[in-house]
Amino acid sequence: MSFSWAKHYEPKSDLTKWLDERLPLPRLVYGAIGGGYPVPRNLNYFWNFGVLAGIALTIQIVTGIIMAMHYAPNALVAFDSTEHIMRDVNWGWMLRYAHANGASFFFIVVYIHIFRGLYFSSYKAPREMIWLLGLVIFLLMMATAFMGYVLPWGQMSFWGAKVITGLFGAIPLVGEPIQQWLLGGFAPDNAALNRFFSLHYLLPFVIAGVVILHIWALHIPGSSNPTGVEVKQESDTVPFHPYYTAKDGFGLGVFLILFCSVLFFAPNALGHPDNYIPANPLSTPAHIVPEWYFWPFYAILRAFTFDFFIVPAKLLGVLAMFASILLLFFLPWLDRSPVRSGNYRPLFRTFFIILVLDVLLLGYLGGAPAEEPYVMLSQLASAYYFAHFLIILPIISKIEKPKPLPFSITESVLGKASSGTAGGPVLQPAE
Amino acid sequence: MIRIGAFLVGLFFSGWLLVSFGVGAAAYISEPPQPTAEHEFHLHPKKLALSSDGPMGKFDRQQLQRGFQVYKEVCSACHSMRLVAFRNLTELGYTEDEVKAIAANWPTQTPSIDPATGEPTTRPSIASDYIPSPHANETAARAANNNALPPDLSLITKARHGGAAYVYSLLTGYQEPPAELAKKFPDAMPGPGLNYNPYFANLNIAMANPLGSDGIVTYSDGTNATREQMAKDVAAFLVWTAEPTLEKRHQTGWAVLIFLIIATGLGYMAYRNVWAGVKH
Amino acid sequence: MAEQVTMNQDGTAAVESDGVRRRDFINIAAVSFAGVGGATVLIPLITQMAPSKDVLALSSTEVDISAVQPGQAIKTVFRKQPVFIRNLTPAEIAAADKVPVDSLRDPQTLEERTVDGKTNWLVTLGVCTHLGCVPLGAAQGEVKGEFGGYFCPCHGSHYDTAGRIRKGPAPANLEVPEFAFLSDTVIKIG
Repeated sequence: MSFSWAKHYEPKSDLTKWLDERLPLPRLVYGAIGGGYPVPRNLNYFWNFGVLAGIALTIQIVTGIIMAMHYAPNALVAFDSTEHIMRDVNWGWMLRYAHANGASFFFIVVYIHIFRGLYFSSYKAPREMIWLLGLVIFLLMMATAFMGYVLPWGQMSFWGAKVITGLFGAIPLVGEPIQQWLLGGFAPDNAALNRFFSLHYLLPFVIAGVVILHIWALHIPGSSNPTGVEVKQESDTVPFHPYYTAKDGFGLGVFLILFCSVLFFAPNALGHPDNYIPANPLSTPAHIVPEWYFWPFYAILRAFTFDFFIVPAKLLGVLAMFASILLLFFLPWLDRSPVRSGNYRPLFRTFFIILVLDVLLLGYLGGAPAEEPYVMLSQLASAYYFAHFLIILPIISKIEKPKPLPFSITESVLGKASSGTAGGPVLQPAE
Repeated sequence: MIRIGAFLVGLFFSGWLLVSFGVGAAAYISEPPQPTAEHEFHLHPKKLALSSDGPMGKFDRQQLQRGFQVYKEVCSACHSMRLVAFRNLTELGYTEDEVKAIAANWPTQTPSIDPATGEPTTRPSIASDYIPSPHANETAARAANNNALPPDLSLITKARHGGAAYVYSLLTGYQEPPAELAKKFPDAMPGPGLNYNPYFANLNIAMANPLGSDGIVTYSDGTNATREQMAKDVAAFLVWTAEPTLEKRHQTGWAVLIFLIIATGLGYMAYRNVWAGVKH
Repeated sequence: MAEQVTMNQDGTAAVESDGVRRRDFINIAAVSFAGVGGATVLIPLITQMAPSKDVLALSSTEVDISAVQPGQAIKTVFRKQPVFIRNLTPAEIAAADKVPVDSLRDPQTLEERTVDGKTNWLVTLGVCTHLGCVPLGAAQGEVKGEFGGYFCPCHGSHYDTAGRIRKGPAPANLEVPEFAFLSDTVIKIG
């Protein structure tokens, strides 16, 4: 950490002293999430979601490793082994429901985390790398979730695998060979199921690795905050522990209450009934949809219904779907406004609210059947999505006149009188 | 440079989407989509109240036993139940001896191998066996049922929108096709071997009305076996087969939630306590 | 939580000892309560590895022994483990009865290991009590060891005609599972 007032780890006992000289792990933890990490004092509850995402990842890894002890990745028995977990394994039903709903809650948390970053422009310098690594995590999550959904080998698993690998079939010339290479066959079967299982087990650990990089990158400039004004002085910050550990603990409790309410009382509400039908390569369900967290992207995929000269609509849809995520990588360079927080950017704020509604609408449309008027609406909503990031955002960052910013975090919290001075009820840790 | 490229990409995607929207909207207005028979005649499931509903839901064992009787005497002639083992029936309140007798006397036997000759054969089921399918395989099942495959019922209430209410509605929903259907959608009238049922997705179902008349089973607990009652009971039973752990899930859920609410309350007090005196 | 930052409006450490204690108490209570919850979560995470219900359900097996002649043995399976069912010849019974029980490592008579009136039927798990290998001697032509019963080739344990350990590292006789004659020709194990 670069703040000069950050506290340093001091081993208290002979044992920790001995350890500190040989493997300074406690020192690392102290500096990362302990008293040695000064954090802006004005973070709101939206800043809880980073920690919650880490906890959701942990829940997924723990329940996932356990289910792998009972699951059999073979097309003949995969469905039955999943039901074996539900019926016969001690507490298996709870672990599977926790894993299935855990994926949904992981995405809920991460989506809130991303939109918090969008509103408070957490992607801007000097935090571009945090944003980019976060997007890498998001992409890995989507791949992991998709492959995990294939494993129970129900109807949606099978047809999801077929349709999503079919996306690659849209690539001119090499599309079909690539699709067959991905599946290890002409349609999803044992080969695909086995490799998806292998990768589904591997990728969460890759995610965990990138999460470490994400947090490392975060600790270089330190956390952003709702004013968007950088930390200037000691009174702007509080130590992570105990202040934010306490706040995150409370946030975790609220998260777990919501998570467990769904897990125990509506565990199939976020799933699809068709996935309780064993995979049948000869019959497609009437209305196939991916899991809800893919719906906005699925709506963009389906919005392209007309060929653009020689580019077929299928390829356009696939390109647009990937573009809709990849464009986020360019965001730090598209939005050039020097002001970070949406609280001080009235025009940006308006368009941000439209974007949130637009993505919610896209989500609704992605889950709706491929009929009119849903297709027409998804064309409008997708058009806005691209226009927002690629056209509107660069323009408003040029023309907008932001509201005056506070001098410092302390000033925004305590009012002007106390700014820059140590007066008033400023934090003074009692040792 | 990045912004110029982004602008062009954005213009391309958004522009083409708006063009597509325009073309689609024009087509929608000039040729509005035709209503389909499913749109007009398909009905959502009727309301069904079961004791297992809701966060406090518990199974009514008596009802489950009645439902099991309906399954055994009616449904099991065509529908398999491959994820449920006889031993699971003890959870319905049957004793181990009763379960053994049910297994041994089940109309179809468990596939086996003759120890003397190695030929495939069958043997009476024991408690640890799964309920044997009425058909040897899918081809046999189709052959016996006019080429329509009777779905396995173990998970049926989880595998259909509407769950138990759907099963109940379907079983009590058989009726003559309305005259209006014949007038407006003659193609949607039930063909040979099909039966009109507005609760079924495409209105015509291959299964003939399985609960055609009252009293086709005789309940040992004296309940009057009306068609309604039988449909309700078997729907309740199928909720259990789809999720035998439902009761335990509800009980565990309450314990967990009460714990979490107290823990979160304490967490909130600790949070306020830590932050006391720090304006933020 | 010992290094808890406590402060009041003056920015000095709170001195009213009651207040401090109450505040510390809440923090300690919250952390301990959460800790109890965390420990409880371990119960399902650990018990999921115990045998599942379908495995426990396979706890009995019935065997037809009508074809087993004196001097022969058959192998069957109980809980995924081999079971030896041996029809002892009078000579083998005599050999077993001749051994002074006190001299055995695991003192038991043949009568104690069989059912009354059917002492010729020796039913044992085919699992060496040393480290779990399957002893030889049940199938025809296999080595029966120095005492004419079973011989475990892994570490050289010899069992006699009553399945009792006589020589080698095994600590106990071959285990006799719970079994009963359903009829003269059918045995139920488990």
